[in-house]
Amino acid sequence: MITARNLTKSFGDTHVLRGLDVHIERGGIYGLAGRSGAGKSTLLRCINGLERYDSGSLIVDGIDVKTLSGKAMMAFRKNIGMVFQHFSLLERLNVYDNVALPLRCWKYKSAFIDRKVRDLLEIVGIPEKIRQRPRELSGGQKQRVAIARALTMDPHILLCDEATSALDPKTSKAIIDLLKQINGQMEITIVFVTHQMSVIRGLCKEIAIIENGKVAVSGTVEDVFRQQPGALKNLIGEGDAGPGGEGMKTITLLLPREIAGPLIARMAVQLGCDLTIQGGDPLLSGEDPEGLTISFPEKDRLGVEGYLAGHNVAWKDADTQNTRSSDRVDAYGKAYETQVPGIRPDLL
Amino acid sequence: MIPDGYWAYWWRYFDGIIAPSIGATLRMLSVSMLFSFIGGFILAYFLILYGPQGLRPDRSKYRVLDFMVSSIRSFPIIILIVAISPITRMVVGTTIGERAAILPLTVAATPFMARIIENSLRGVDRQLIEAARSFGASDFQIIMKVMVKESVPMIVAGTTLATITYLAATTVAGAVGAGGLGAVALNYGYQSFNNTVLYTSVMILFIMVLIIQRVGDWLYKKIL
Repeated sequence: MITARNLTKSFGDTHVLRGLDVHIERGGIYGLAGRSGAGKSTLLRCINGLERYDSGSLIVDGIDVKTLSGKAMMAFRKNIGMVFQHFSLLERLNVYDNVALPLRCWKYKSAFIDRKVRDLLEIVGIPEKIRQRPRELSGGQKQRVAIARALTMDPHILLCDEATSALDPKTSKAIIDLLKQINGQMEITIVFVTHQMSVIRGLCKEIAIIENGKVAVSGTVEDVFRQQPGALKNLIGEGDAGPGGEGMKTITLLLPREIAGPLIARMAVQLGCDLTIQGGDPLLSGEDPEGLTISFPEKDRLGVEGYLAGHNVAWKDADTQNTRSSDRVDAYGKAYETQVPGIRPDLL
Repeated sequence: MIPDGYWAYWWRYFDGIIAPSIGATLRMLSVSMLFSFIGGFILAYFLILYGPQGLRPDRSKYRVLDFMVSSIRSFPIIILIVAISPITRMVVGTTIGERAAILPLTVAATPFMARIIENSLRGVDRQLIEAARSFGASDFQIIMKVMVKESVPMIVAGTTLATITYLAATTVAGAVGAGGLGAVALNYGYQSFNNTVLYTSVMILFIMVLIIQRVGDWLYKKIL
């Protein structure tokens, strides 16, 4: 459906895309991950012609995007919906008029517009907000309006540019579920650009990690996460973690022990991994400010760190002495879904 | 304090000289603001279209427009009126009176309005413009249905500012032959050593500014 070959693009002296190849199949949900500045958003904008590429080829739905201009480009964009990080709604129009705007630009009859807008608001789950202005809506609701607007033209492709990055984890999850539902019901190919690995894991079937304007690694999400290639580690922020992978990892939870104990027990059950408590006794509450040290196989590292991030637990890496705190929540897995009772955020 | 017969004296001047000039000032102001809004809007449309961050950047076309706008803006109003008086005579037939003042006032206010509208439109979020592009809106639709729509309150506030600025300009124009309150304040007031006329005119101008600002603020709140 979308095939890029040796795509290059530069803004002045800055080379954003440096010979990028990617192939996106029809009907799936494809994730483009990478750090900011890696070129993923530029690639997305090339797909619907918002940005022109310098060389290479980009075939979307059998059409080379570079050959399009003027009216043909506008008609081409009609088939591709787009959703943005900051929702991009008109603040001075209500929900109805925002969703109706593309239809009005394409001069549809008002009876058709009315039916279409109501149907779409039903699908995205906010029919009761129809007369509200964007500023009266929450972030998640705004993104639902933006998704409804992107779907007005019955597009074949939906491009999402960091569509959940401005939302809290819970709302992100709801938007992800909505996108999955839309993908299933309407057979729309979704291309999702993000730096949030949790979103990739929860949403995408296939993924490409972009580094320095090239695809560093691509494949199914399971494969990429199982292999944990360097590009994935770079993205998650492990830096040069080195090869290894078989060794044990040791970290210290910065938690009062009476809370750390139950947390570790639950984590071990949920992740199904071998956790060893190295230091401190979780059953004895004490004055020890060092917290509790645990170790686990390197292969469970993402899971453990994701779980901790999801529960707002800060920890210290025993090797590097780096402290990780809950602000890294975004970078990790689906740990948000379960909350450990008894952990009070004010203790952290 | 006030001597007997002062109010009768005041009324004679007010009714005979000041009151008719209020109408003249309002006509000059409203007609020149109307034309300059239309002209300024058209200029702003192309400035936004061809501007460096514009929808269809075109450096040479933008430069020509930008130069025109800036050069006219650099003329003080009183010099502009005198400088284009041959053109005024050709178009209007005379260089004296309120009708003759409308042309130079419009010429002066148009680039000012153009800048105000251009700046308002520039304030629209770029991602919103991208969003409009992404669903296939044309450049014309993006400007009219998205950018103008979003910046109406800004444009209203800017137009209020411009109207007050050009109310002052109409009085300056009074020095070089235009009618209106400015001419009355200068000729019958200042130059005739008649403080009654001078300060009555000033009071009326002050009240006009207040009313314009109030109406502008009310509109801004209403449409926000």
